[in-house]
Amino acid sequence: MSLRRRSAPARFRTPPRFLTPLAFLAPFALGTLVFVFYPIIDVIRLSFLEDHVFLTGQFSRVGLGNYAATFADPHFATAVRNTTIYAAVVIPTTLVLGLAAAWLLNRSFVGRRFFQTVYFLPLVTSATAIGLAWRWIFNFDYGVLNYALSLVGLPGVNWLNDPAWGLAALMIYGVWSMLPLTTVLLLVGMQNIDPRYGLAARVDGAGALARFRAITLPLLAPSIGLVLIVNLITSARVFDELFPLFNGKPGVAGSLYTMVYFIYDSFFKANDLGKASAAAIVFSLAVLVLALLQLRLQRRWRH
Amino acid sequence: MLTLKRLTGRTLLYLTLAVGALAMAFPFLWMGLSAFKTPAEIAAVPPVWWPERFSLENFARVFEVAPFAVYLRNSLLVTIACVLVTQVVSIMAAFAFSALRFKGRDWIFAAVVSLMVAPFELLIITNYATMADLRLIDTLPALVLPFVSSIFYMFIIRTTFQSVPEGLYWAARIDGASNWRYLWTILVPVARPTITTTSLLNAIAAWNAFMWPLLVINSRDKRTLPVGLYSFITEGGVRYELLMAAATVAVLPMLLVFAVASSQIIQGIARGGLKG
Repeated sequence: MSLRRRSAPARFRTPPRFLTPLAFLAPFALGTLVFVFYPIIDVIRLSFLEDHVFLTGQFSRVGLGNYAATFADPHFATAVRNTTIYAAVVIPTTLVLGLAAAWLLNRSFVGRRFFQTVYFLPLVTSATAIGLAWRWIFNFDYGVLNYALSLVGLPGVNWLNDPAWGLAALMIYGVWSMLPLTTVLLLVGMQNIDPRYGLAARVDGAGALARFRAITLPLLAPSIGLVLIVNLITSARVFDELFPLFNGKPGVAGSLYTMVYFIYDSFFKANDLGKASAAAIVFSLAVLVLALLQLRLQRRWRH
Repeated sequence: MLTLKRLTGRTLLYLTLAVGALAMAFPFLWMGLSAFKTPAEIAAVPPVWWPERFSLENFARVFEVAPFAVYLRNSLLVTIACVLVTQVVSIMAAFAFSALRFKGRDWIFAAVVSLMVAPFELLIITNYATMADLRLIDTLPALVLPFVSSIFYMFIIRTTFQSVPEGLYWAARIDGASNWRYLWTILVPVARPTITTTSLLNAIAAWNAFMWPLLVINSRDKRTLPVGLYSFITEGGVRYELLMAAATVAVLPMLLVFAVASSQIIQGIARGGLKG
Protein backbone atom coordinates (compact mmCIF):
# COMPACT_ATOMS: atom_id res chain seq x y z
CA MET A 1 0.00 0.00 0.00
CA SER A 2 2.69 2.47 0.99
CA LEU A 3 4.71 1.60 -2.09
CA ARG A 4 1.79 2.44 -4.34
CA ARG A 5 1.23 5.71 -2.60
CA ARG A 6 4.77 6.81 -3.27
CA SER A 7 4.53 5.84 -6.93
CA ALA A 8 1.77 8.38 -7.61
CA PRO A 9 3.26 11.82 -8.33
CA ALA A 10 2.19 14.24 -5.63
CA ARG A 11 1.23 17.05 -8.00
CA PHE A 12 -1.49 14.95 -9.66
CA ARG A 13 -3.38 14.29 -6.49
CA THR A 14 -6.73 16.01 -6.27
CA PRO A 15 -6.33 19.07 -4.06
CA PRO A 16 -9.33 18.71 -1.68
CA ARG A 17 -8.55 15.30 -0.26
CA PHE A 18 -11.77 14.85 1.58
CA LEU A 19 -14.55 16.48 -0.43
CA THR A 20 -14.25 14.31 -3.53
CA PRO A 21 -14.44 10.94 -1.74
CA LEU A 22 -17.29 12.28 0.35
CA ALA A 23 -19.25 13.28 -2.73
CA PHE A 24 -18.84 9.81 -4.24
CA LEU A 25 -19.62 8.05 -0.99
CA ALA A 26 -22.52 10.20 0.22
CA PRO A 27 -25.49 8.25 -1.21
CA PHE A 28 -24.02 4.90 -0.24
CA ALA A 29 -23.07 6.10 3.23
CA LEU A 30 -26.51 7.57 3.82
CA GLY A 31 -28.25 4.37 2.73
CA THR A 32 -25.95 2.16 4.77
CA LEU A 33 -26.30 4.29 7.89
CA VAL A 34 -30.09 4.56 7.72
CA PHE A 35 -31.02 1.10 6.45
CA VAL A 36 -28.25 -1.16 7.76
CA PHE A 37 -26.25 0.37 10.59
CA TYR A 38 -29.03 2.12 12.50
CA PRO A 39 -31.39 -0.91 12.30
CA ILE A 40 -28.74 -3.16 13.85
CA ILE A 41 -28.30 -0.80 16.81
CA ASP A 42 -32.04 -0.17 17.07
CA VAL A 43 -33.03 -3.82 17.08
CA ILE A 44 -30.49 -4.60 19.80
CA ARG A 45 -32.00 -1.77 21.87
CA LEU A 46 -35.56 -2.92 21.19
CA SER A 47 -34.77 -6.48 22.19
CA PHE A 48 -34.06 -5.33 25.76
CA LEU A 49 -37.11 -3.10 26.17
CA GLU A 50 -39.96 -4.91 27.90
CA ASP A 51 -43.65 -4.19 27.20
CA HIS A 52 -42.63 -1.77 24.52
CA VAL A 53 -45.54 0.09 22.88
CA PHE A 54 -44.68 0.87 19.31
CA LEU A 55 -46.87 3.97 18.92
CA THR A 56 -46.03 5.77 22.16
CA GLY A 57 -42.47 4.51 22.42
CA GLN A 58 -43.03 3.65 26.07
CA PHE A 59 -41.75 0.58 27.84
CA SER A 60 -41.90 -0.75 31.38
CA ARG A 61 -38.29 -1.74 31.98
CA VAL A 62 -35.06 -2.93 30.51
CA GLY A 63 -34.18 -6.60 30.77
CA LEU A 64 -33.91 -9.99 29.22
CA GLY A 65 -37.67 -10.62 29.27
CA ASN A 66 -37.99 -10.71 25.50
CA TYR A 67 -35.29 -13.34 25.21
CA ALA A 68 -36.94 -15.37 27.95
CA ALA A 69 -40.30 -15.05 26.20
CA THR A 70 -38.74 -16.13 22.91
CA PHE A 71 -37.12 -19.22 24.32
CA ALA A 72 -40.26 -20.08 26.28
CA ASP A 73 -42.48 -19.81 23.20
CA PRO A 74 -43.54 -23.27 21.98
CA HIS A 75 -43.54 -21.95 18.40
CA PHE A 76 -39.89 -21.02 18.77
CA ALA A 77 -39.15 -24.53 19.96
CA THR A 78 -41.03 -25.85 16.92
CA ALA A 79 -38.99 -23.53 14.71
CA VAL A 80 -35.69 -24.75 16.15
CA ARG A 81 -36.78 -28.37 15.87
CA ASN A 82 -37.98 -27.94 12.27
CA THR A 83 -34.83 -26.10 11.24
CA THR A 84 -32.67 -28.83 12.78
CA ILE A 85 -34.50 -31.70 11.08
CA TYR A 86 -34.65 -29.77 7.82
CA ALA A 87 -30.93 -29.04 7.86
CA ALA A 88 -30.04 -32.59 8.89
CA VAL A 89 -31.96 -34.10 5.97
CA VAL A 90 -31.74 -31.50 3.22
CA ILE A 91 -28.05 -30.60 3.47
CA PRO A 92 -26.54 -34.11 3.09
CA THR A 93 -29.07 -35.05 0.41
CA THR A 94 -28.33 -31.91 -1.55
CA LEU A 95 -24.60 -32.43 -1.19
CA VAL A 96 -24.68 -35.98 -2.55
CA LEU A 97 -26.95 -35.06 -5.47
CA GLY A 98 -24.93 -31.91 -6.09
CA LEU A 99 -21.66 -33.85 -6.22
CA ALA A 100 -23.18 -36.25 -8.72
CA ALA A 101 -24.58 -33.42 -10.85
CA ALA A 102 -21.33 -31.41 -10.75
CA TRP A 103 -19.31 -34.51 -11.61
CA LEU A 104 -21.53 -35.17 -14.62
CA LEU A 105 -21.55 -31.56 -15.79
CA ASN A 106 -17.78 -31.30 -15.43
CA ARG A 107 -17.19 -33.81 -18.24
CA SER A 108 -17.03 -32.73 -21.82
CA PHE A 109 -19.93 -33.78 -24.00
CA VAL A 110 -22.19 -32.38 -26.66
CA GLY A 111 -25.05 -30.35 -25.20
CA ARG A 112 -23.24 -29.50 -21.97
CA ARG A 113 -24.41 -25.90 -22.02
CA PHE A 114 -28.01 -26.97 -22.50
CA PHE A 115 -27.89 -29.36 -19.55
CA GLN A 116 -26.19 -26.76 -17.38
CA THR A 117 -28.91 -24.24 -18.12
CA VAL A 118 -31.65 -26.75 -17.31
CA TYR A 119 -29.97 -27.83 -14.07
CA PHE A 120 -29.61 -24.24 -12.94
CA LEU A 121 -33.10 -23.02 -13.87
CA PRO A 122 -34.39 -22.74 -10.28
CA LEU A 123 -31.66 -20.19 -9.52
CA VAL A 124 -33.62 -17.36 -11.07
CA THR A 125 -37.16 -18.23 -10.13
CA SER A 126 -39.06 -16.87 -7.17
CA ALA A 127 -40.14 -19.28 -4.47
CA THR A 128 -43.62 -17.79 -4.60
CA ALA A 129 -44.16 -18.64 -8.26
CA ILE A 130 -42.50 -22.04 -8.53
CA GLY A 131 -43.82 -22.87 -5.06
CA LEU A 132 -47.28 -22.76 -6.62
CA ALA A 133 -46.20 -25.33 -9.18
CA TRP A 134 -44.98 -27.52 -6.31
CA ARG A 135 -48.25 -27.00 -4.48
CA TRP A 136 -49.98 -28.40 -7.54
CA ILE A 137 -47.53 -31.32 -7.73
CA PHE A 138 -48.15 -32.05 -4.01
CA ASN A 139 -51.95 -31.86 -4.36
CA PHE A 140 -53.65 -34.72 -2.55
CA ASP A 141 -56.35 -35.60 -5.10
CA TYR A 142 -54.92 -34.57 -8.46
CA GLY A 143 -51.19 -34.05 -7.85
CA VAL A 144 -48.66 -35.93 -9.98
CA LEU A 145 -46.60 -36.96 -6.98
CA ASN A 146 -49.40 -39.00 -5.48
CA TYR A 147 -50.18 -40.35 -8.93
CA ALA A 148 -46.55 -41.49 -9.20
CA LEU A 149 -46.85 -43.13 -5.78
CA SER A 150 -50.02 -44.92 -6.87
CA LEU A 151 -48.16 -46.34 -9.88
CA VAL A 152 -45.80 -48.17 -7.56
CA GLY A 153 -48.67 -49.23 -5.35
CA LEU A 154 -48.20 -46.74 -2.53
CA PRO A 155 -51.10 -44.84 -0.99
CA GLY A 156 -51.38 -41.12 -1.62
CA VAL A 157 -50.00 -38.73 0.97
CA ASN A 158 -51.71 -35.57 2.12
CA TRP A 159 -48.48 -33.63 1.74
CA LEU A 160 -49.70 -30.16 2.53
CA ASN A 161 -52.55 -30.78 4.97
CA ASP A 162 -51.19 -33.50 7.19
CA PRO A 163 -48.93 -32.18 9.96
CA ALA A 164 -46.92 -35.39 9.77
CA TRP A 165 -46.02 -34.81 6.11
CA GLY A 166 -45.72 -31.03 5.80
CA LEU A 167 -42.05 -30.96 6.73
CA ALA A 168 -41.34 -33.73 4.22
CA ALA A 169 -42.94 -31.65 1.48
CA LEU A 170 -40.93 -28.63 2.57
CA MET A 171 -37.74 -30.68 2.49
CA ILE A 172 -38.43 -32.08 -0.98
CA TYR A 173 -38.90 -28.54 -2.22
CA GLY A 174 -35.77 -27.53 -0.27
CA VAL A 175 -33.54 -30.11 -1.95
CA TRP A 176 -34.84 -29.15 -5.36
CA SER A 177 -34.34 -25.44 -4.80
CA MET A 178 -30.90 -25.68 -3.14
CA LEU A 179 -29.47 -28.14 -5.63
CA PRO A 180 -28.55 -25.62 -8.38
CA LEU A 181 -26.46 -23.33 -6.16
CA THR A 182 -24.81 -26.38 -4.59
CA THR A 183 -23.97 -27.74 -8.04
CA VAL A 184 -22.63 -24.37 -9.24
CA LEU A 185 -20.28 -24.04 -6.27
CA LEU A 186 -19.07 -27.64 -6.54
CA LEU A 187 -18.65 -27.36 -10.30
CA VAL A 188 -16.49 -24.25 -9.90
CA GLY A 189 -14.45 -26.12 -7.31
CA MET A 190 -13.98 -29.06 -9.67
CA GLN A 191 -12.98 -26.79 -12.53
CA ASN A 192 -10.27 -25.29 -10.33
CA ILE A 193 -8.64 -28.68 -9.86
CA ASP A 194 -5.64 -29.07 -12.12
CA PRO A 195 -6.57 -31.70 -14.73
CA ARG A 196 -3.00 -33.00 -14.65
CA TYR A 197 -3.69 -34.77 -11.35
CA GLY A 198 -6.48 -36.76 -12.93
CA LEU A 199 -4.41 -37.43 -16.00
CA ALA A 200 -1.49 -38.69 -13.95
CA ALA A 201 -3.75 -41.00 -11.98
CA ARG A 202 -5.26 -42.22 -15.22
CA VAL A 203 -1.86 -43.05 -16.61
CA ASP A 204 -1.24 -44.98 -13.40
CA GLY A 205 -4.39 -46.94 -14.17
CA ALA A 206 -6.86 -45.48 -11.67
CA GLY A 207 -10.53 -45.88 -12.62
CA ALA A 208 -13.07 -43.08 -12.66
CA LEU A 209 -14.40 -43.88 -9.20
CA ALA A 210 -10.94 -44.20 -7.69
CA ARG A 211 -9.92 -40.88 -9.25
CA PHE A 212 -13.03 -39.23 -7.81
CA ARG A 213 -12.34 -40.59 -4.34
CA ALA A 214 -8.58 -40.02 -4.25
CA ILE A 215 -8.28 -36.73 -6.15
CA THR A 216 -11.54 -34.86 -6.69
CA LEU A 217 -13.04 -35.30 -3.26
CA PRO A 218 -10.02 -34.22 -1.14
CA LEU A 219 -9.21 -31.28 -3.40
CA LEU A 220 -12.87 -30.30 -3.31
CA ALA A 221 -12.95 -30.13 0.49
CA PRO A 222 -12.96 -26.31 0.67
CA SER A 223 -15.84 -26.11 -1.82
CA ILE A 224 -17.75 -28.73 0.09
CA GLY A 225 -17.23 -26.77 3.30
CA LEU A 226 -18.51 -23.65 1.60
CA VAL A 227 -21.55 -25.48 0.26
CA LEU A 228 -22.37 -26.87 3.69
CA ILE A 229 -22.35 -23.44 5.27
CA VAL A 230 -24.25 -21.71 2.48
CA ASN A 231 -26.92 -24.40 2.67
CA LEU A 232 -27.00 -24.25 6.45
CA ILE A 233 -27.75 -20.53 6.25
CA THR A 234 -30.37 -21.16 3.56
CA SER A 235 -31.96 -23.84 5.75
CA ALA A 236 -32.18 -21.39 8.62
CA ARG A 237 -33.90 -18.82 6.38
CA VAL A 238 -36.84 -20.86 5.07
CA PHE A 239 -39.77 -18.49 4.72
CA ASP A 240 -41.01 -17.57 1.23
CA GLU A 241 -42.06 -21.09 0.22
CA LEU A 242 -44.45 -21.38 3.17
CA PHE A 243 -46.72 -18.88 1.45
CA PRO A 244 -47.47 -20.64 -1.83
CA LEU A 245 -47.37 -24.11 -0.25
CA PHE A 246 -49.32 -23.51 2.96
CA ASN A 247 -51.40 -20.41 2.26
CA GLY A 248 -49.03 -18.21 4.24
CA LYS A 249 -49.51 -20.27 7.37
CA PRO A 250 -46.73 -22.22 9.02
CA GLY A 251 -48.24 -25.55 8.06
CA VAL A 252 -51.21 -27.22 9.68
CA ALA A 253 -51.73 -26.23 13.33
CA GLY A 254 -48.48 -24.25 13.38
CA SER A 255 -46.44 -27.40 12.81
CA LEU A 256 -44.09 -25.75 10.34
CA TYR A 257 -42.85 -22.70 12.17
CA THR A 258 -39.39 -21.71 10.95
CA MET A 259 -36.99 -19.21 12.54
CA VAL A 260 -37.79 -16.46 10.07
CA TYR A 261 -41.51 -17.16 10.13
CA PHE A 262 -41.36 -16.83 13.91
CA ILE A 263 -39.79 -13.35 13.58
CA TYR A 264 -42.37 -12.35 10.97
CA ASP A 265 -45.19 -13.70 13.10
CA SER A 266 -44.07 -11.95 16.31
CA PHE A 267 -43.54 -8.69 14.49
CA PHE A 268 -46.31 -8.49 11.97
CA LYS A 269 -49.10 -10.62 13.39
CA ALA A 270 -48.62 -10.29 17.14
CA ASN A 271 -47.08 -6.81 16.99
CA ASP A 272 -44.65 -7.85 19.70
CA LEU A 273 -41.66 -5.76 18.73
CA GLY A 274 -39.51 -6.80 21.66
CA LYS A 275 -39.93 -10.49 21.05
CA ALA A 276 -39.49 -10.11 17.31
CA SER A 277 -36.25 -8.21 17.94
CA ALA A 278 -34.96 -10.76 20.42
CA ALA A 279 -35.79 -13.61 18.03
CA ALA A 280 -34.17 -11.73 15.15
CA ILE A 281 -30.99 -11.29 17.18
CA VAL A 282 -30.86 -14.94 18.22
CA PHE A 283 -31.39 -15.89 14.59
CA SER A 284 -28.75 -13.43 13.36
CA LEU A 285 -26.15 -14.57 15.85
CA ALA A 286 -26.65 -18.12 14.66
CA VAL A 287 -26.32 -17.01 11.04
CA LEU A 288 -23.38 -14.75 11.91
CA VAL A 289 -21.36 -17.62 13.30
CA LEU A 290 -22.06 -19.58 10.13
CA ALA A 291 -21.28 -16.60 7.90
CA LEU A 292 -17.94 -15.98 9.58
CA LEU A 293 -17.09 -19.61 9.03
CA GLN A 294 -18.11 -19.24 5.40
CA LEU A 295 -15.92 -16.17 4.97
CA ARG A 296 -12.92 -17.99 6.35
CA LEU A 297 -13.47 -20.98 4.13
CA GLN A 298 -14.11 -18.83 1.08
CA ARG A 299 -10.87 -16.97 1.63
CA ARG A 300 -9.00 -20.21 1.80
CA TRP A 301 -10.87 -21.44 -1.22
CA ARG A 302 -9.85 -18.48 -3.38
CA HIS A 303 -6.14 -18.80 -2.70
CA MET B 1 -12.99 -44.39 -32.81
CA LEU B 2 -16.13 -45.29 -30.95
CA THR B 3 -15.52 -48.45 -29.04
CA LEU B 4 -18.42 -50.33 -27.53
CA LYS B 5 -17.32 -49.40 -24.04
CA ARG B 6 -17.24 -45.73 -24.94
CA LEU B 7 -20.63 -45.96 -26.56
CA THR B 8 -22.27 -47.48 -23.48
CA GLY B 9 -20.47 -44.89 -21.36
CA ARG B 10 -21.93 -42.06 -23.41
CA THR B 11 -25.39 -43.60 -23.38
CA LEU B 12 -25.24 -43.95 -19.61
CA LEU B 13 -24.01 -40.38 -19.23
CA TYR B 14 -26.82 -38.95 -21.32
CA LEU B 15 -29.41 -41.14 -19.63
CA THR B 16 -28.36 -39.96 -16.17
CA LEU B 17 -28.18 -36.37 -17.33
CA ALA B 18 -31.65 -36.63 -18.85
CA VAL B 19 -33.15 -38.03 -15.64
CA GLY B 20 -31.61 -35.19 -13.65
CA ALA B 21 -32.69 -32.58 -16.16
CA LEU B 22 -36.24 -33.89 -16.08
CA ALA B 23 -36.31 -33.72 -12.28
CA MET B 24 -35.05 -30.15 -12.25
CA ALA B 25 -37.24 -28.95 -15.10
CA PHE B 26 -40.37 -30.86 -14.21
CA PRO B 27 -42.02 -28.18 -12.04
CA PHE B 28 -41.51 -25.68 -14.85
CA LEU B 29 -42.84 -28.01 -17.52
CA TRP B 30 -45.79 -29.07 -15.42
CA MET B 31 -46.60 -25.48 -14.59
CA GLY B 32 -46.42 -24.44 -18.24
CA LEU B 33 -48.53 -27.36 -19.46
CA SER B 34 -51.12 -26.98 -16.70
CA ALA B 35 -51.51 -23.31 -17.61
CA PHE B 36 -53.14 -24.41 -20.87
CA LYS B 37 -55.45 -27.05 -19.46
CA THR B 38 -59.21 -26.89 -19.03
CA PRO B 39 -60.67 -27.43 -15.53
CA ALA B 40 -61.66 -30.95 -16.63
CA GLU B 41 -58.12 -31.74 -17.76
CA ILE B 42 -56.73 -30.37 -14.49
CA ALA B 43 -58.96 -32.66 -12.42
CA ALA B 44 -58.35 -35.74 -14.55
CA VAL B 45 -57.12 -38.91 -12.85
CA PRO B 46 -54.78 -40.26 -14.15
CA PRO B 47 -53.31 -36.88 -15.09
CA VAL B 48 -53.64 -35.61 -18.63
CA TRP B 49 -50.08 -34.80 -19.70
CA TRP B 50 -50.76 -32.83 -22.82
CA PRO B 51 -53.62 -30.30 -23.00
CA GLU B 52 -55.95 -31.00 -25.92
CA ARG B 53 -55.53 -27.51 -27.32
CA PHE B 54 -53.24 -24.65 -26.48
CA SER B 55 -55.51 -21.67 -26.02
CA LEU B 56 -54.54 -18.56 -24.11
CA GLU B 57 -57.90 -18.55 -22.34
CA ASN B 58 -56.47 -19.13 -18.84
CA PHE B 59 -54.00 -16.30 -19.27
CA ALA B 60 -56.77 -13.94 -20.38
CA ARG B 61 -58.86 -15.03 -17.37
CA VAL B 62 -55.97 -14.35 -15.00
CA PHE B 63 -55.62 -10.79 -16.25
CA GLU B 64 -59.41 -10.41 -15.95
CA VAL B 65 -60.01 -11.65 -12.40
CA ALA B 66 -56.96 -10.01 -10.82
CA PRO B 67 -55.05 -6.85 -11.81
CA PHE B 68 -52.05 -8.81 -13.06
CA ALA B 69 -51.21 -6.11 -15.58
CA VAL B 70 -50.82 -3.72 -12.65
CA TYR B 71 -48.71 -6.25 -10.71
CA LEU B 72 -46.54 -6.76 -13.75
CA ARG B 73 -46.10 -3.02 -14.21
CA ASN B 74 -45.24 -2.52 -10.51
CA SER B 75 -42.71 -5.35 -10.59
CA LEU B 76 -41.10 -3.91 -13.71
CA LEU B 77 -40.96 -0.40 -12.24
CA VAL B 78 -39.53 -1.56 -8.92
CA THR B 79 -36.97 -3.85 -10.57
CA ILE B 80 -35.76 -1.17 -12.99
CA ALA B 81 -35.57 1.47 -10.25
CA CYS B 82 -33.79 -0.91 -7.87
CA VAL B 83 -31.17 -1.92 -10.43
CA LEU B 84 -30.53 1.61 -11.71
CA VAL B 85 -30.27 3.33 -8.34
CA THR B 86 -28.47 0.52 -6.52
CA GLN B 87 -25.91 0.01 -9.25
CA VAL B 88 -25.12 3.73 -9.62
CA VAL B 89 -24.78 4.17 -5.86
CA SER B 90 -22.64 1.02 -5.57
CA ILE B 91 -20.41 2.01 -8.49
CA MET B 92 -19.77 5.44 -7.00
CA ALA B 93 -18.91 3.99 -3.60
CA ALA B 94 -16.73 1.27 -5.14
CA PHE B 95 -14.84 3.98 -7.00
CA ALA B 96 -14.26 5.99 -3.82
CA PHE B 97 -13.08 2.86 -2.02
CA SER B 98 -10.66 1.87 -4.79
CA ALA B 99 -9.30 4.78 -6.85
CA LEU B 100 -9.61 7.69 -4.43
CA ARG B 101 -7.40 8.13 -1.42
CA PHE B 102 -8.58 9.45 1.87
CA LYS B 103 -7.73 8.97 5.48
CA GLY B 104 -9.08 5.80 7.04
CA ARG B 105 -10.35 4.47 3.70
CA ASP B 106 -9.44 0.85 4.20
CA TRP B 107 -10.56 0.94 7.79
CA ILE B 108 -13.97 2.35 6.83
CA PHE B 109 -14.24 -0.18 4.03
CA ALA B 110 -13.58 -3.08 6.40
CA ALA B 111 -16.18 -1.74 8.81
CA VAL B 112 -18.77 -1.46 6.02
CA VAL B 113 -18.04 -4.97 4.77
CA SER B 114 -18.43 -6.37 8.26
CA LEU B 115 -22.04 -5.09 8.22
CA MET B 116 -22.71 -7.55 5.41
CA VAL B 117 -23.15 -10.36 7.92
CA ALA B 118 -26.38 -8.81 9.22
CA PRO B 119 -29.16 -10.78 7.53
CA PHE B 120 -32.04 -8.80 6.08
CA GLU B 121 -34.39 -10.41 8.58
CA LEU B 122 -32.63 -8.48 11.33
CA LEU B 123 -33.21 -5.15 9.62
CA ILE B 124 -36.88 -5.38 8.67
CA ILE B 125 -38.29 -4.34 12.03
CA THR B 126 -36.54 -0.97 12.15
CA ASN B 127 -36.75 -0.44 8.41
CA TYR B 128 -40.50 -0.87 8.62
CA ALA B 129 -40.64 1.82 11.32
CA THR B 130 -38.41 4.08 9.22
CA MET B 131 -40.74 3.66 6.25
CA ALA B 132 -43.66 4.55 8.49
CA ASP B 133 -41.82 7.67 9.70
CA LEU B 134 -41.14 8.68 6.11
CA ARG B 135 -44.83 8.04 5.32
CA LEU B 136 -43.80 5.60 2.64
CA ILE B 137 -45.77 2.55 3.78
CA ASP B 138 -47.85 1.25 0.91
CA THR B 139 -45.86 3.06 -1.77
CA LEU B 140 -43.55 1.73 -4.46
CA PRO B 141 -40.52 3.80 -3.32
CA ALA B 142 -40.63 1.82 -0.06
CA LEU B 143 -39.70 -1.23 -2.14
CA VAL B 144 -36.58 0.47 -3.48
CA LEU B 145 -35.21 2.72 -0.74
CA PRO B 146 -33.94 0.15 1.82
CA PHE B 147 -31.94 -1.62 -0.92
CA VAL B 148 -30.25 1.46 -2.37
CA SER B 149 -26.92 0.77 -0.73
CA SER B 150 -25.92 -2.82 -1.29
CA ILE B 151 -22.66 -3.68 0.41
CA PHE B 152 -22.49 -6.96 -1.49
CA TYR B 153 -22.62 -5.42 -5.00
CA MET B 154 -20.30 -2.59 -3.96
CA PHE B 155 -17.81 -5.18 -2.69
CA ILE B 156 -17.83 -7.13 -5.95
CA ILE B 157 -17.55 -4.02 -8.13
CA ARG B 158 -14.70 -2.67 -6.02
CA THR B 159 -12.73 -5.89 -6.47
CA THR B 160 -12.94 -5.42 -10.24
CA PHE B 161 -12.09 -1.71 -10.04
CA GLN B 162 -8.99 -2.60 -8.06
CA SER B 163 -7.75 -4.90 -10.78
CA VAL B 164 -7.72 -1.99 -13.26
CA PRO B 165 -4.14 -0.64 -13.53
CA GLU B 166 -3.68 2.62 -11.66
CA GLY B 167 -1.85 4.08 -14.62
CA LEU B 168 -5.16 4.33 -16.45
CA TYR B 169 -6.49 6.62 -13.74
CA TRP B 170 -3.47 8.88 -13.73
CA ALA B 171 -3.29 9.00 -17.50
CA ALA B 172 -6.93 10.09 -17.66
CA ARG B 173 -6.42 12.66 -14.93
CA ILE B 174 -3.37 14.10 -16.67
CA ASP B 175 -5.43 14.39 -19.83
CA GLY B 176 -7.79 16.55 -17.83
CA ALA B 177 -10.64 14.13 -17.09
CA SER B 178 -12.44 14.72 -13.80
CA ASN B 179 -12.98 11.85 -11.38
CA TRP B 180 -16.62 11.72 -12.44
CA ARG B 181 -15.75 11.53 -16.13
CA TYR B 182 -13.03 8.98 -15.59
CA LEU B 183 -15.44 6.78 -13.64
CA TRP B 184 -18.25 6.77 -16.17
CA THR B 185 -16.40 6.95 -19.48
CA ILE B 186 -13.36 4.80 -18.73
CA LEU B 187 -13.65 2.71 -15.59
CA VAL B 188 -17.27 1.56 -15.93
CA PRO B 189 -16.85 0.43 -19.56
CA VAL B 190 -13.72 -1.48 -18.55
CA ALA B 191 -15.61 -3.16 -15.69
CA ARG B 192 -18.71 -3.83 -17.76
CA PRO B 193 -18.77 -7.63 -17.42
CA THR B 194 -18.79 -7.36 -13.64
CA ILE B 195 -21.41 -4.63 -13.59
CA THR B 196 -23.60 -6.63 -15.95
CA THR B 197 -23.37 -9.55 -13.56
CA THR B 198 -24.21 -7.51 -10.45
CA SER B 199 -27.08 -5.84 -12.34
CA LEU B 200 -28.49 -9.23 -13.31
CA LEU B 201 -28.24 -10.57 -9.75
CA ASN B 202 -29.83 -7.35 -8.54
CA ALA B 203 -32.68 -7.66 -11.03
CA ILE B 204 -33.36 -11.27 -10.04
CA ALA B 205 -33.40 -10.35 -6.35
CA ALA B 206 -35.69 -7.36 -6.89
CA TRP B 207 -38.08 -9.24 -9.16
CA ASN B 208 -38.40 -12.16 -6.74
CA ALA B 209 -38.49 -10.17 -3.48
CA PHE B 210 -41.38 -11.35 -1.35
CA MET B 211 -41.08 -10.72 2.37
CA TRP B 212 -40.44 -6.99 2.28
CA PRO B 213 -43.21 -6.15 -0.23
CA LEU B 214 -45.54 -8.40 1.74
CA LEU B 215 -44.86 -6.27 4.82
CA VAL B 216 -45.01 -2.76 3.41
CA ILE B 217 -47.63 -3.05 0.67
CA ASN B 218 -51.31 -3.13 1.64
CA SER B 219 -53.32 -2.01 -1.36
CA ARG B 220 -54.05 -4.04 -4.41
CA ASP B 221 -52.74 -1.59 -6.96
CA LYS B 222 -49.29 -1.41 -5.32
CA ARG B 223 -48.58 -5.13 -5.27
CA THR B 224 -45.64 -6.64 -7.09
CA LEU B 225 -46.02 -9.98 -8.87
CA PRO B 226 -44.92 -12.29 -6.01
CA VAL B 227 -47.31 -10.64 -3.57
CA GLY B 228 -50.04 -10.53 -6.19
CA LEU B 229 -49.54 -14.23 -6.86
CA TYR B 230 -49.84 -15.05 -3.18
CA SER B 231 -52.98 -12.91 -2.84
CA PHE B 232 -54.37 -14.79 -5.81
CA ILE B 233 -54.64 -17.95 -3.67
CA THR B 234 -56.10 -16.22 -0.64
CA GLU B 235 -58.56 -14.03 -2.55
CA GLY B 236 -59.62 -16.03 -5.55
CA GLY B 237 -59.68 -19.53 -4.12
CA VAL B 238 -57.52 -22.18 -5.68
CA ARG B 239 -58.14 -22.77 -9.37
CA TYR B 240 -55.03 -24.57 -10.49
CA GLU B 241 -55.25 -23.88 -14.23
CA LEU B 242 -55.44 -20.15 -13.45
CA LEU B 243 -52.79 -20.32 -10.73
CA MET B 244 -50.39 -22.05 -13.10
CA ALA B 245 -51.03 -19.45 -15.80
CA ALA B 246 -50.37 -16.66 -13.29
CA ALA B 247 -47.20 -18.35 -11.99
CA THR B 248 -46.00 -18.80 -15.58
CA VAL B 249 -46.40 -15.07 -16.16
CA ALA B 250 -44.27 -14.37 -13.10
CA VAL B 251 -41.54 -16.88 -13.93
CA LEU B 252 -41.20 -16.33 -17.67
CA PRO B 253 -39.33 -12.97 -17.68
CA MET B 254 -36.58 -14.29 -15.42
CA LEU B 255 -36.32 -17.52 -17.41
CA LEU B 256 -35.83 -15.45 -20.56
CA VAL B 257 -33.16 -13.36 -18.84
CA PHE B 258 -31.48 -16.59 -17.73
CA ALA B 259 -31.63 -18.10 -21.21
CA VAL B 260 -29.84 -15.04 -22.59
CA ALA B 261 -27.29 -14.46 -19.83
CA SER B 262 -26.96 -17.76 -17.99
CA SER B 263 -23.16 -17.86 -17.98
CA GLN B 264 -22.87 -14.39 -16.47
CA ILE B 265 -25.50 -15.14 -13.84
CA ILE B 266 -23.84 -18.43 -12.93
CA GLN B 267 -20.44 -16.76 -12.65
CA GLY B 268 -21.86 -14.09 -10.37
CA ILE B 269 -23.60 -16.63 -8.21
CA ALA B 270 -20.47 -18.74 -7.98
CA ARG B 271 -18.60 -15.74 -6.64
CA GLY B 272 -20.81 -14.81 -3.79
CA GLY B 273 -23.78 -17.06 -3.51
CA LEU B 274 -27.25 -15.62 -3.90
CA LYS B 275 -27.27 -12.51 -1.84
CA GLY B 276 -30.00 -9.94 -2.27
